[in-house]
Amino acid sequence: MSFIKTLINGEQELFKSETLTPMQKLTLRFVVVGLIYFGFVVIEGMLMRIYEVKPVSFITEPQFFAIMTAHPLVGIFGSTYSIVCGAFLFLVPFIMKKPLWSIKLGNWTFLLIAIGTFIFWSAGFVSHYAPLYTLYWPLPADFSQFSVWGGTFFILGIALVMTGTAFFIINIFKTIVYTPERWAKQPVCALLSSALGITGFNNLFRKNKKEHLVPLPVAAVARGSVDMALNTITILFTGILILVYMVSNILGYDLKETAIDALLYKNWFWWGLDLIADGLVLIFVAGTWYFLAMIITGKPLFMQNIARAALLVELVVSWTVWSHHLLSDQAQPNVLKVLSGEMVTAFELITQGLAFFISLATLWSARPLKMTNPLKFLLGGLLGFALAVPAGIMQADVGLNRILHNTQWIVGPHVHVAVLVGLTMTLYSAIYILFPIVTNGAKMYSQKLVNIHFWCHLIGGIGMGAFMGMAGLRGMLRRSLYLDGEFNIYMILAASAGALILSGFIAFFYNIVMSIGLKGVIGIFTPPKIKTKNLIPAN
Amino acid sequence: MVDSTMVLAGQTIAYTFYCLVIILLVAWFAIKITGKGKNNKVSPALFYTFVGFLTVIGVSLHIITYNTIPWAEMDLKRSEITPDKTFNITIKNHQFILPSEKLVINVNDKVLFDVRSEDLTYGFGLFRSDNSMLFQMQVVPGHKNDLLWYFDREGVYTIRSTEYSGPKGAHMILKDAVQVVAASTTN
Repeated sequence: MSFIKTLINGEQELFKSETLTPMQKLTLRFVVVGLIYFGFVVIEGMLMRIYEVKPVSFITEPQFFAIMTAHPLVGIFGSTYSIVCGAFLFLVPFIMKKPLWSIKLGNWTFLLIAIGTFIFWSAGFVSHYAPLYTLYWPLPADFSQFSVWGGTFFILGIALVMTGTAFFIINIFKTIVYTPERWAKQPVCALLSSALGITGFNNLFRKNKKEHLVPLPVAAVARGSVDMALNTITILFTGILILVYMVSNILGYDLKETAIDALLYKNWFWWGLDLIADGLVLIFVAGTWYFLAMIITGKPLFMQNIARAALLVELVVSWTVWSHHLLSDQAQPNVLKVLSGEMVTAFELITQGLAFFISLATLWSARPLKMTNPLKFLLGGLLGFALAVPAGIMQADVGLNRILHNTQWIVGPHVHVAVLVGLTMTLYSAIYILFPIVTNGAKMYSQKLVNIHFWCHLIGGIGMGAFMGMAGLRGMLRRSLYLDGEFNIYMILAASAGALILSGFIAFFYNIVMSIGLKGVIGIFTPPKIKTKNLIPAN
Repeated sequence: MVDSTMVLAGQTIAYTFYCLVIILLVAWFAIKITGKGKNNKVSPALFYTFVGFLTVIGVSLHIITYNTIPWAEMDLKRSEITPDKTFNITIKNHQFILPSEKLVINVNDKVLFDVRSEDLTYGFGLFRSDNSMLFQMQVVPGHKNDLLWYFDREGVYTIRSTEYSGPKGAHMILKDAVQVVAASTTN
């Protein structure tokens, strides 16, 4: 088959978009948009890295910080939320063996996240609104540095993403509990109780244990969605608060910034943000590891009941760890620093360690396994968190935080390794395992390109984290600029690692396009020809 | 005395060693699961031992650092310690306002840095001439931000804001603003 023919029709013309169900189209739309936003993030990361080595004329300083503001938000919401929502809206009904509660609501989630991300990204790009994602009060309402109009659109974009997220959460819980047509009435309370871990908790005190109605990976999605809901409320409330200041400024009134206590705001903000970083990410990832390990091996999960209990502990832990972000805030009470910041945070080493061990033990039970693409990316994801979680536990220490806080150490070995290697490689594993299911048996164009993607991403991700960490240990701050080239050697090395990630991503994207063809890519976004609520075609 | 350079060197060695071990472990695992093995069962005892090991590591890290890093205990108990010197510093409009052009400190002094912000959230950090960090803290408006530090050796330090406060924040640098000198020099 000629190159042009493959480019247009895909590998062996196996992918036919007209055979896709509405659910398959929805899932693929999420994944394609999530990957495009991942491309944004990688390019933004490279631009920032180049600027950190030597400021370039086509990027101004305010633009640099606007990119820095958009970079993690596009990564979290535009890319990760898109892929996660797409995967879970497919997987939850797939595992529960019933249709999604509402495909229409799923499409709204897709549109709101995709459009919302584009709005806040472009608001930052055009107006240079750049309070960074930490939004420390009163910086987001500092109109001497930032355009109030830019900020208004920025917050509007975030609000759209949060609305889409709220729709996702409703859809997930309704799918777990609703009764499809021609089904016997489903026990709503029992299903909800099982999904949230209440059944498992009560079983501890019962002689006759009740069975778990909801499979473990679905329970993980439900519990992660609780954190997602709380986070959505926090971000929406914060957004509305900032919007009030912006709209009143537009109308010519200046509200008193001191009406909001800066430390209280910081506690509120980090409590909400940790529901993502230390909550839903860890819970969703653990659930995805369990699902992948069971699918890859075809065996039950090792220590399944402990895994269920650990997911519940993780949920509770995620509500109580926020103070590790405030160990350098001298006005923060010591009791919160030690209990929430150090002790409860150390629990994450245990809960995530359990998930790591249980996943490896499940894989081990099915030896010999073939080193498939999902398996190798799953191992990459497991390694990523095994590297990043201990780095986080180290910085969540009163003594060490004094010399690590806000250095490149925090964003390198902890954040970038967790997100790029741990989270993203887990998501790639899920994409590779779902690919034949959601494409009705399309084949990957090139295994060589898959291997290039794997090694470039793994080495690039760990390398970037390592070089940023080395710079951080030598005093390089995050969210700052060093105009005299003080840390150039580390930034050049980190940029080289970033270039590897970019190369891996290009290999992956090219491979996907060649697998389904340009016609197929366009076909994903056209209205479905099959009218069914089934996940995959009946035949 | 143990200083931040020594603590960070220890951390670098420990974390690098851990990284190498875990990378090798996952690589070994990847090779082993593709081959046939005699025993595919993982014993629950091994699992519970691992849980115990993680618990010991998580708790002992904080006990070890509290007892070996000198500023950890001093920081938590700073309200009970009388400083040898106090510097009241204000930050406003992205500018540090110091009580004098240079902050001169005697070796072996315990110094309290009391920093107040009149507008945004900033950071306050001291850095050596090779850009490595001595310490830092957050400076939150409307709250007391104080840090007690024991200076056990001579040195010259640059003050730098360690928290993002908008694009102007990256330029909040006072070069060589803190001098730690032998006691006889100021006496």
